[in-house]
Amino acid sequence: MGEDILTTVDWARAQFALTAMYHWIFVPLTLGLSFLVAFFESIYVKTGNEEWKKLTKFWMTLFGINFAIGVATGIILEFEFGTNWSNYSWMVGDIFGAPLAIEGIFAFFIEATFFAVMFFGWHRVSKGFHLFSTWMVAVGSNLSAVWILVANGWMQFPVGMAFNPDKARFEMQNFWEVALSPVAVHKFTHTTSSAFLLASLFVVGISALFLLQERHQKMAKRSMVVAAVFGFIASIFVAVTGDEAAFSVAQRQPMKLAAMEGLYVGEEKASIVALGIINSSKKPGDVQPAFHQALKIPGLLSLLANRDSDSFVPGINDLVFGNVAHKIIGAEQRMVTGKIALAELARYKEAREKGDEAAAVSALALFNQHQGDLGYGYLNNPAEAAPPVATTFYSFHIMVVLGTLFPVIFLLVLYFAFKGTLENQRWLNIACFFSLFLGYVAQQAGWVVAEVGRQPWAIQGLLPVGVATTNIAPGNVQTTFFIFLTLFTALLLAEIRIMMKQIKLGPEA
Amino acid sequence: MIGNLDYSILQQLWWLIASVVGSLFLFLTFVQGGQTLIFTLASNEEEKSLIINAMGRKWELTFTTLVLFGGALFAAFPLFYATSFGGAYWVWMLILFTFILQAVSYEYRKKPDNVLGARTYEIFMCINGSVGILLIGAAVGTFFTGSRFSLNLYNSVTWHTPYHGLEAALNPFNLAFGLFLVFLARVLGAMYLVNHVDHKSLVEKARKATWINLLIALPFLLTILIGLVTMDGFAVEPATGRIFLEKGKYLNNLLGMPAVLFLLLAGLGSVIYGVVVTGFLGKNCGIWFGGLGTVLVGLAIFSLAGYNNTAFYPSLSDLQSSLTIYNASSSKYTLTAMSYVALAVPFVLAYIAYVWKLMDAEKLTLGELAGQDADDMY
Ligand code: HDD
Ligand code: HEM
Ligand code: HEM
Repeated sequence: MGEDILTTVDWARAQFALTAMYHWIFVPLTLGLSFLVAFFESIYVKTGNEEWKKLTKFWMTLFGINFAIGVATGIILEFEFGTNWSNYSWMVGDIFGAPLAIEGIFAFFIEATFFAVMFFGWHRVSKGFHLFSTWMVAVGSNLSAVWILVANGWMQFPVGMAFNPDKARFEMQNFWEVALSPVAVHKFTHTTSSAFLLASLFVVGISALFLLQERHQKMAKRSMVVAAVFGFIASIFVAVTGDEAAFSVAQRQPMKLAAMEGLYVGEEKASIVALGIINSSKKPGDVQPAFHQALKIPGLLSLLANRDSDSFVPGINDLVFGNVAHKIIGAEQRMVTGKIALAELARYKEAREKGDEAAAVSALALFNQHQGDLGYGYLNNPAEAAPPVATTFYSFHIMVVLGTLFPVIFLLVLYFAFKGTLENQRWLNIACFFSLFLGYVAQQAGWVVAEVGRQPWAIQGLLPVGVATTNIAPGNVQTTFFIFLTLFTALLLAEIRIMMKQIKLGPEA
Repeated sequence: MIGNLDYSILQQLWWLIASVVGSLFLFLTFVQGGQTLIFTLASNEEEKSLIINAMGRKWELTFTTLVLFGGALFAAFPLFYATSFGGAYWVWMLILFTFILQAVSYEYRKKPDNVLGARTYEIFMCINGSVGILLIGAAVGTFFTGSRFSLNLYNSVTWHTPYHGLEAALNPFNLAFGLFLVFLARVLGAMYLVNHVDHKSLVEKARKATWINLLIALPFLLTILIGLVTMDGFAVEPATGRIFLEKGKYLNNLLGMPAVLFLLLAGLGSVIYGVVVTGFLGKNCGIWFGGLGTVLVGLAIFSLAGYNNTAFYPSLSDLQSSLTIYNASSSKYTLTAMSYVALAVPFVLAYIAYVWKLMDAEKLTLGELAGQDADDMY
């Protein structure tokens, strides 16, 4: 691939990241706004007050605009596993395909079916059935999140499977272990609650804009109160489940945790970096400082990571080169084991091909002994086992800082709403409006932590991204990358324009 | 109980399930057919709106069925998913692009400030209904004509043409397949309009469109049928799994599996019956015969490709790399687990049917489009 500076895997990653991040612009709003719309419609059905119906329909219109492009960006992701990660799809399809299919059966059809009722059924079905449909859209959307997060959780923490050397793939051994994996559970709780949070920020932010413009004040305040209550509860959940997520990462993906905190040399009573500027020229194993500037809180990292403030938290160096005192096997040693596993697998396949059963049996035995570190066998240099530290660190810190800011905003909204002076709080309303955008920043940052932080692995410890990719010339993927970039950006701009227009028209249009 | 089934029975069962989903998708492409009818049937804005709103209540269903088809193939036949999507990269990418265009078009077309203008979104719909369906047909055609790829010891795919699947559309059989599906979709779209819309002149035109489009589709259908019964096919030796070329393989499959022959003939008959009652007898129920017929024909086609010791995704470059439902499937464990999941499908179909009935109880009229929910309309 001489003249190509970027290889297929780089383009495939860029393309996957691009499409996933676009999908994630729309999905969290769908997940949360569907429930808020259901709340509004429930109030309408309960009170029979037409103003609540108008309000419901206003948010529903925005929901529909967002939903359409969410669907458009989703279909491409599903097929991208095959088009861009075809080796991956074969090697883990036995486990990974099932959640995607289940999602289609259980979630997408609920959404698709009841979505039409929600928009076109006002006069075709009874009031009660309409409300039921709106709730089903909310439930269906959130079910969409379950199975894809099971799939993603499995990539971060592969369980319930075994390697089949004859087929050269992983096969499922226990469905329930995959579906109920603790990583899948916390992914779901943290992701959905953060989506509720984002949608609440959306409703609060746009309502605050109405207050600033002195339009639709009554409806704006009503929307704001409902959304602020939902958002406040959600933000508490987000913090609690986020802490769970971090604890889980510490136990299962210590390298990701080390990158999130920029921790190179492991320590007991490890301190957390509240704020810091990463030294981006630092490499694992060298003597440079990890930070140019850092504000640390002693002991807190050990407490969060292991629920024990005296405990040892391994750093990137320990995980790359090993640490005998703390019984940590580094990537360096794992590479040796992994390379044996790969060589024995090749020897096994060759022996089977030739019909040499004795050689096959002995190769298989050796393979089985070493297969736990299979993925490390593909690495060329132990430092490759560490993810990009600066990206992971900053994304994590941005998410956490914003995660502590949002509940404060919701509380202030509720406080002034209770006092009846919400429309006079110019600064708060401006802050609400801007928080809407910060919500999106936190969402994207969260996924960057999760996905960039697990590099170089497509499947943690078993399959590096370089091996997961399709055997195709980079030019093809480069071309589709730019097509997606152009297409999605054009559609996003159209979406934003349409949304702005609808907001301008307002609920009383 | 499912756990006691033989591995090969499970593999056959999953080919059947995938075939059912694929065939339902073919039926639901009436939405795509309708999208291309905007340009040939509608003579004014009102008629255009009626067509788009009629299709707009169902487009998500078609779309989601495509998604499920992909998901089911991934779960049940991961080697096919990896080989075809990774290898025939450009065909699938182009198909997906057209579906991306479709997904936003309904919602955005009529909304003020939509940047690209209503006309652009209508063209998007048309591209989806023509190019999208044509390429899907060409891709299905390769189940019979084969593709140029090979798999290594680790089952990683190498594609032997630089066009990554687009070459399929140049094969006359595949092309005929694609064009047949495009016009079949238009037949179904017109029948659906007749069933769903209350508007005299538009319905009159739609009735006529059913038989005209069927006529246009006929030569392509004949090309496919003659091709199928005359071409050599890709057979598998059951004992060894070795693939070899067999003379008249698909004709042998038809004769060897009379049920499939029956499905094919009954399906074609049902489509034609649907067209006759819609086009000439003034009935509105043609879509149900057309739909059922399409599903039956789809099942027959998929059965011909996959059952009776046939390789369903043949390789022209290296015969032994061809995929069969046995060498491309998931493990027995996964197929079993997925079979339990599939028990939910009848419930899904039931609520879809219930909601469909509820929503289609009254026909779509111009009055509804301009009524108090005018803002919600597409
Ligand atoms: C509004 C958005 C939002 C906010 C305010 C937060 N998060 Fe978050 N976070 C997400 C949105 C998100 C997410 C987008 O939903 C992620 C990406 C992957 C995932 O499972 O959830 C995520 C991932 C994620 C991960 C990585 C999980 C993994 O790699 O498996 C950790 C450790 C945290 N979060 C922790 C926190 C903490 C301690 C927060 C402080 C309050 C916090 N998050 C606020
Ligand atoms: C890479 C992984 C992903 C894939 C392959 C994927 C696939 C898809 C597909 C195919 C659709 C269209 C469904 C339809 O036909 O209606 C879709 C929509 C959707 N997806 Fe994803 N998705 C991914 C990530 C996620 C995640 C992480 C979540 C939530 C946690 C999510 C939630 C949703 C929701 C709620 C929708 C409905 C449409 C919308 O939000 O506008 N998806 N996705
Ligand atoms: C929708 C929310 C998601 C976002 C925003 C997101 C973000 C990202 C990003 C930024 C990357 C690039 C990392 C890098 O190459 O440095 C990536 C890669 C990837 N993600 Fe996600 N991700 C999401 C959901 C998922 C889910 C649900 C899955 C699986 C079910 C998934 C699977 C992958 C895969 C296979 C890659 C490519 C391999 C890799 O580079 O690691 N992603 N994602």
